Amino acid sequence: MTDGPTIHLAVALDGAGWHPAAWREHDAHPTELLTASYWRDLVLEAERGLLDFVTIEDSLGLQSTRFDGPDERVDQVRGRLDAVLIAARVAPLTSHIGLVPTATLTHTEPFHISKSIATLDYASEGRAGWRAQVSRPAENSHFGRRASRPFTLADYETPEAQAVIAESFDEAADYVEVVRRLWDSWEDDAEIRDVATGRFVDREKLHYIDFEGRWFSVRGPSIVPRPPQGQPLVTVLAHATVPYRLGARAADVVYVTPRDETDAAAIVAEVRREQEAAGRAAETVHVFGDLVVFLDESAAAARDRKARLDDAAGEELRGDAVVFTGTPVELADLLLAWRRAGLSGFRLRPGVAPRDLTAISRGLAPELAARGAFRRGYEADTLRGLLGLPRPANRYAARA
Amino acid sequence: MSKPIKQVHLAAHFPGVNNTTVWSDPAAGSHIEFASFRHFAQTAERGKFDFFFLAEGLRLREQNGLMYDLDVVGRPDTFTVLAALAAVTDHIGLTGTINSTFNEPYEVARQFASLDHLSGGRTAWNVVTSWDAFTGENFRRGGYLPQEERYARAKAFLAAALVLFDSWTGDEIVADQESGQFLRRPLPGAFEHRDAYFDISGHFNVPRGPQGRPVIFQAGDSDEGREFAASSADAIFTGHSTLEAGQAFYTDVKGRLARYGRARESLLVLPAATFVLGDTDAEAAELAHEVRLAQVSGQTAIRFLEQLWNRDLSDHDPDGPLPAVDPVVGENTIARGRASVRMFRDPVAVARQWRALAEAKNLTSRELIIEVTGRQTFVGSAATVAGAINDLVQADASDGFILVPHVTPGGLDSFVDTVVPLLQERGVYRTEYEGTTLRDHLGLPPLGAPTQAGERGQAAG
Repeated sequence: MTDGPTIHLAVALDGAGWHPAAWREHDAHPTELLTASYWRDLVLEAERGLLDFVTIEDSLGLQSTRFDGPDERVDQVRGRLDAVLIAARVAPLTSHIGLVPTATLTHTEPFHISKSIATLDYASEGRAGWRAQVSRPAENSHFGRRASRPFTLADYETPEAQAVIAESFDEAADYVEVVRRLWDSWEDDAEIRDVATGRFVDREKLHYIDFEGRWFSVRGPSIVPRPPQGQPLVTVLAHATVPYRLGARAADVVYVTPRDETDAAAIVAEVRREQEAAGRAAETVHVFGDLVVFLDESAAAARDRKARLDDAAGEELRGDAVVFTGTPVELADLLLAWRRAGLSGFRLRPGVAPRDLTAISRGLAPELAARGAFRRGYEADTLRGLLGLPRPANRYAARA
Repeated sequence: MSKPIKQVHLAAHFPGVNNTTVWSDPAAGSHIEFASFRHFAQTAERGKFDFFFLAEGLRLREQNGLMYDLDVVGRPDTFTVLAALAAVTDHIGLTGTINSTFNEPYEVARQFASLDHLSGGRTAWNVVTSWDAFTGENFRRGGYLPQEERYARAKAFLAAALVLFDSWTGDEIVADQESGQFLRRPLPGAFEHRDAYFDISGHFNVPRGPQGRPVIFQAGDSDEGREFAASSADAIFTGHSTLEAGQAFYTDVKGRLARYGRARESLLVLPAATFVLGDTDAEAAELAHEVRLAQVSGQTAIRFLEQLWNRDLSDHDPDGPLPAVDPVVGENTIARGRASVRMFRDPVAVARQWRALAEAKNLTSRELIIEVTGRQTFVGSAATVAGAINDLVQADASDGFILVPHVTPGGLDSFVDTVVPLLQERGVYRTEYEGTTLRDHLGLPPLGAPTQAGERGQAAG
């Protein structure tokens, strides 16, 4: 038993798993990826493992091996369902696990996203979150409202591309601000149902948010009363300074992709500096490490399985996050080492769902619990509660 | 030759944010907690209803510059609630109102196609339009739409969404684990749509849903709205629930279908209807009057008068006669975020009618409002109500009704328990769901796959 701090665990769900050939495994369900029961079973498995939450990937364009638009491949999963709606579909069938769908903010309305996540919070009784995602420029033509400025990964470092990126993330910060204000635009006790005076609400407790920014103005209030958690969880995935800054300014959880323990410490330090610069030093901002995982009873078996998948895919799996192959015990060792580097949790991306998800829920989670580093039962009813985040005061409520 | 007996269609409208809903009733529950939606939808499914219906409003209403506080305020996001309801129901259709002005086709099509998968083919889209700058203040695109263009944009929006729904034909995913071929062809979902409002192209990323596309509903009553329904909708909502008005509307709308090469059965006419049940007709009538009193308090009556008079009448006595002054003509500046005020095309003439009625019947302002607004469609014993519903359907005043109970969430319970069995006994209402999709429930034939991407599969298109 260690007396060290405990670890938060999330799992990232995406199609048949994070390996492009995952759908070809004998225990994959490639024809069921668009069914409710497929997603229900995955989330119930994660809940069985007592995980903090699941994220659900999404995008406003087809999955692709290319950054700048769809590719011509026919050997990988293409097509998906709206992640917020998957989360809502699963919410009534689960009871403790957090549900954190991805929703793109570049072309959508903050008013709509605010009310959909608030409604997910009602449907799940306080377990909703949001992974805020900036759109890829190739998705612009699906909306036709912005000049198309697609650039390739090769152009990524050019000043033009960097300017577009910086602007997208500034817009994202404004967007999250609007979403958060709308969540607070009703005070908790705004609904009074006062039969004597005939008033359903106390209008003094409904607030305009009057946000005016470069990209949009939003008046408010929301049409949805303040959600059960007050502020549902906001999360972002970040790989560089500009998105770290967004996370530090706006999020409750930042997912990062360190190469090793030293890198993890450096990234955490950078996020903390940005957090301080944003005036949020006193608030809890979790920094989670993202890893793609292949878990088996022996390290060799995990390596072999991953190699077999690479062969099927025709190339080695590479991506933004470290790819781990090994046993749940070995992964536990690694997570605890990275935990000591300052990460407070991990978002694990199963190489193959449900197989690696099951190894997380039935192998890794009990292993960490045996070492005193993970829960043995759900200790809170809300997602914020599981993450040790208080229910925040409403920014518009009159101070007593 | 006798006319064939029609089957009655029933649907359930979750009580809304207007004075029909009696939130002060001791039995009234939450309008936002999921348990209320679950109870309501499951009750409707127990009654073998075609669908559950959810309205939408994107700005809290205001009157005299203040947020309106006399009715229920607050509601959930349409798509999210419907997706959650798909988890706790098995058969009932899930109809959501989604605005075509403050959304983009790509995102709306994604959400409906996703919902159709997640519900096993049970979704419908009530396409509404709005144009007002007041609602637009909540959106990045603002209130840019001239009122006269709202149907033009709605038609363009729907056309663009249909292109997206049909961008996948349904045979793309082969998922052959042996050969490693997931897609039959590369680059699925290719689409392109250009008109005065949209210029979009690329690849749609949600494969074709079980129904092909959601069932399309239309709710406008204007000439343009009727024409829009005749050209593009599978069902139309109306307020015409009496015999004469219903028959006139029914004949008019069905008569427009031939122009678009459509059969009369391809568009259902479904008026909204309220009801009060009692053990006897007399008891129901008494209850109905009590409900009306609860729906129209003195304060609510004043607010109604203001909506027509288009001026502040806060000092007016609801228990006295109607205001002596005439309504202010022109844009309604008193009541905002309320579609109903647009229905007062000639407020001075309406005020004149109301005065004449009040004088003839010796009514106070409040009594007049009780008389002229929102009287229940069906009042009586279960047998009386079942008979009235069936008579209206058989007389072609409608194809069925969308019931709007006045209490959340239990207001449908008694109807399902007492009226539905009587309709079943008459052989005019299903005893079990026969199909799985909402199209099945509505008697609409399945849509074929589009012959090629971007082309509609229905000849009617």
